[in-house]
Amino acid sequence: MLKRAFAQKALIAYITAGDPSLAATEKLVYALEKAGADIIELGIPFSDPLADGPIIQASHQRALKNGVALPDVFKLVGKLRRRTSVPICFMLSYNLVLQYGLERFYAECRRSGVNGAIVPDLPPEEMKISDDQVGSIFLVAPTSTDGRIKLATEKATGFIYLVSVAGVTGQRRELSGDLGELVARIKHQTELPVAIGFGISSPKQAAEAARVADGVIVGSAIVDLIGRKKSAAAVKLIAAMRKALDAL
Amino acid sequence: MTCEMTTYNFSELPDNSGHFGRFGGRFAPETLMAPLEEVARAYQVARQDPEFNKEVDFYLESYVGRPTPLYFAERLSDELGGPKIYLKREDLCHTGAHKINNTIGQLILAKRMGKKRIIAETGAGQHGVATATAAALFKMDCIVYMGEEDIRRQSLNVFRMELLGAKVVPVKTGSKTLKDAVNEAFRDWMAHPNDTFYCLGSCVGPHPYPLMVRNFQSVIGREAKGQHFALEKKEPDYLIACVGGGSNSIGLFHPFLDETSVKIVGVEAAGAAPLVKGRVGVLQGAMTYVLQNKTGQIETTHSISAGLDYSGVGPEHSLLKEAGRVEYVTINDKEALEGFRLLSRTEGIIPALESSHAIAYLSKIAPKLDRGQTVIIGLSGRGDKDVEQIRAMRRKNA
Repeated sequence: MLKRAFAQKALIAYITAGDPSLAATEKLVYALEKAGADIIELGIPFSDPLADGPIIQASHQRALKNGVALPDVFKLVGKLRRRTSVPICFMLSYNLVLQYGLERFYAECRRSGVNGAIVPDLPPEEMKISDDQVGSIFLVAPTSTDGRIKLATEKATGFIYLVSVAGVTGQRRELSGDLGELVARIKHQTELPVAIGFGISSPKQAAEAARVADGVIVGSAIVDLIGRKKSAAAVKLIAAMRKALDAL
Repeated sequence: MTCEMTTYNFSELPDNSGHFGRFGGRFAPETLMAPLEEVARAYQVARQDPEFNKEVDFYLESYVGRPTPLYFAERLSDELGGPKIYLKREDLCHTGAHKINNTIGQLILAKRMGKKRIIAETGAGQHGVATATAAALFKMDCIVYMGEEDIRRQSLNVFRMELLGAKVVPVKTGSKTLKDAVNEAFRDWMAHPNDTFYCLGSCVGPHPYPLMVRNFQSVIGREAKGQHFALEKKEPDYLIACVGGGSNSIGLFHPFLDETSVKIVGVEAAGAAPLVKGRVGVLQGAMTYVLQNKTGQIETTHSISAGLDYSGVGPEHSLLKEAGRVEYVTINDKEALEGFRLLSRTEGIIPALESSHAIAYLSKIAPKLDRGQTVIIGLSGRGDKDVEQIRAMRRKNA
């Protein structure tokens, strides 16, 4: 499922489940798919999202105020699956997986139709499970050594999530200059597609990143708009990014 | 529970990847994994280097004021009518608490690694002050993250840090307390992985911090063991210390873990007791006991003592609990205040509110022990920082 998304330059859209509400998230998933997103990444809200910047932290806080927890999001995916087959990945902190139960989490992903899991605070060496249906997406960062890239590529299925800059999630004016070289270091070790995320906020940046990689991940830029009650503008931004990627 | 005690050789933990049994490890964002490996490697080399140890010992002796006394609290022993009570006087360390044992060690390591920008988190401000002090001493830039709520509660410590040349950054996210300050310090490190050294203040977080902080703080227990033996020609019957993140207690406990005759008690604040009331999870880089709700959201804590106000605890404590080697108990705010008053009146020593939890638990069990037995209390800090808070509470109640 995830592989299919990389038939073209893949556009991956991140939103937080339950921000502003689960019903709104459902509608957004359909709209983002229609606007050209190839994979939907659903963030599960957590009280202490260590790797996130202020925009996504605030989004998690809003979702938590709505009482949204992992079981609700599994239910949402079950509902979504009646209308769409767009690949869906969860992005969540490891503690949420642990409290749900590691085996139970993967079983429920399979059952409800979640295609992959990104757990930013679970490095490959601590990964205790592999699942042939649910992709394990590991991150590679500008600080990653070749040894660490090897660890990630050996355990990853689905795709590699390349963090574009050292830092937390959030919009940035400039992307790191040596992304091409980083992608080459990853490609040297794996045939998995590489998607670049953290900081991509404009169609121009999306195109710039997609020129050197197989896909781009957009989060804070649309979460910011959604947080300011401008969901239509968020969908429009994804459509504009789609256009920019297709023009490559 | 006791049958499990033999399965661990405590002095050989953690393993190379930072695990204490099923606890600990390194659950960190990928951006920090290589920097953490770099710190771990540098520390492994440094700890075996006599030059490094000589430098740390030099500053501990001539700057911090070590060894700290092991003081026989005769009036307190008489008052409670039980065992002979000894106080390990970390309150007499420079800056007023045990925290500086760790910051001296970590900043000498940072110096060796060529890192000039030091970041730290602080709750009550004691670790922030200790980091700012060591940073001033070694001419380093120091940035301290502190929750907005704690800044309000501990404004004097903010001023102290600023006097020492540190920059205090208010943290406005989450519950605006220690847990959130730790998050922000990690986020800062993620954005500056090359030039920055994160001086973490307790035996929490990803490997190598629980190992490194425990080792720097173990000077407390090593001294206490030797001092007690010189006076009593035997090992103590009890050790009692407070546990927030758990650095002063692990420092006192660790050299005694293999002495199975020594009973060891860790005292948590009743409103911040992950070991007594939490469940196993992952918080801020380590697998450990965590205060959390059913779905895994981290719960906020409520203790009179800001230094114990933390939702997690060092992973080594989690293992010591599970192995049955250390007993963990709780003391509530009211009992802690009684402990505070008791030590002030009987011995003329005003303890930190954190340490007062250990005194309060001692006063509960001492009457059941006899004069032939000895107890060592970890007196982790002095209470000057808490005097204003207690005065305000009295005015409110008057």
